[in-house]
Amino acid sequence: MITRRGLLEAAGGAVAFGSGGALAAPAGSAALQEDTRPWLSPSLPAGTRAEAAFETLAGKKPLIRLTDRPPNYEAPLSYLRTAITPNDEFFVRYHLAGIPHVDASTWKLSIGGEVANSDVTLSLDALKTLPAFEVTAVCQCAGNRRGLFQPHVPGVQWGNGAMGCARWKGARLKDVLDLAGLKNNVVEIVFDGADGPVLDKTPDFLKSLPLWKATEETTLVAYEMNGEALPHLNGFPARIIVPGWTATYWMKHVITITAVTKPFDGFWMKSAYRIPIGKFPLVTHFLSQETETTTPITEIVVNSLITSPVDGARVKAGRRTMISGIAWDGGYGISMVEISADGGKSWMEAALGEDLGKYAFRSWSHEFIPKRRGKLAFAARATNRIGQTQIHELIQNPAGYNNNVVQTVTLDVV
Amino acid sequence: MRWIAIFTTLALVPALARAEEQEARLKQAPGVDMVEAQCGACHSLRFILMNSPFLGPAQWDAEVAKMIKAFGAPIEPADAKTIGDYLKENYGG
Repeated sequence: MITRRGLLEAAGGAVAFGSGGALAAPAGSAALQEDTRPWLSPSLPAGTRAEAAFETLAGKKPLIRLTDRPPNYEAPLSYLRTAITPNDEFFVRYHLAGIPHVDASTWKLSIGGEVANSDVTLSLDALKTLPAFEVTAVCQCAGNRRGLFQPHVPGVQWGNGAMGCARWKGARLKDVLDLAGLKNNVVEIVFDGADGPVLDKTPDFLKSLPLWKATEETTLVAYEMNGEALPHLNGFPARIIVPGWTATYWMKHVITITAVTKPFDGFWMKSAYRIPIGKFPLVTHFLSQETETTTPITEIVVNSLITSPVDGARVKAGRRTMISGIAWDGGYGISMVEISADGGKSWMEAALGEDLGKYAFRSWSHEFIPKRRGKLAFAARATNRIGQTQIHELIQNPAGYNNNVVQTVTLDVV
Repeated sequence: MRWIAIFTTLALVPALARAEEQEARLKQAPGVDMVEAQCGACHSLRFILMNSPFLGPAQWDAEVAKMIKAFGAPIEPADAKTIGDYLKENYGG
């Protein structure tokens, strides 16, 4: 339970972060009462629920603070009601606490490794002279909903909000690589960002992509997010955009891109961000990183979120009520969202909102009239264009990835 | 690594944030000073509170071992035991 002390500490923490940002009241702050906080699921660990609080970072609206060093902040449900997530409502996630302020005028992107010309370095202005492309895509942390795992598994205990969807603009990574000229035997492209560890001995956060994914048309070195420069905490001045794949590959503050001819064996590839092999219905694999037992997490699994009404909301019997939310997947596109009001025995098709592209959030809604008073449980289930659908029982895995269990909200019909 | 150059020229931000940060309050019990000093050197103590109370003794030991082996935390075996015992006693599940 969050106490008044917890909330006061949150306010102090926000100021202490040195943002100078106004401590704006969060949307729906009236709901910040005991047990009526829709932004913290009752399924989260008790320690998470007791410690999490709204906090305002520089350039952001209040986000749910899980940890402040390194910063891990998720979006409350109320920020996820639109298919595009505004920049100041976008979640923040860092692995390591060394986060520099990056100056756009001195920032450089170096491309090296197994390339014909290993001296290619781009300034931000030079990057922007390359042909620009846009893609609307979901950026979702691989561990989103880890906190809802039962039994709980260690890690950042995310609820539903370690994700957002934005319109990204930048140069194609392929075009950037072409400037240096890849050698024939390149298998992976490795990325490093300007952020780093506190200790020298801690492995820096480096990630790699298979060459085929790195050179897809939608994989970008992005410098704009929703028509503006990237917020500092979302990777200013440039980050890698990998539509369809989880955010672990979307390197923030990217400063080096290295072509390699052997599978990259850094800690964050070899040991972290892995799922047991054969447990999840992946279409695309990262084969050069696969072992006999584990494979890197890649595609975002098909999923949906009921964003309104919130769990426990009161609605009136006999009145029209709108249930709405978003759905998304790994880039095949959402084909259907269904709603069940009888525990999954029968399903009704919801109306889909505007199609912003196959990598984007797809909004959906369904109108109904609750007839009887009492508790009414609603479930939502998304299906994509290749027939993948959400699961009803969690697929256990040690690091708590790919939680796309059908979600249920219970309404109080009065 | 190239980031180090940028980090050293531009990065005063983390130090400032650290100094002003309002740390989480851990339970006052034997070992808490060691936990605050060693764990808090690299990350917020909120990581401990957030991951409670559900980790069993073996899982807490594994977390401490991971910080030393995978993340390079310079913690002596005796201190690691003090930290592990504190976590199991106060934040175990």
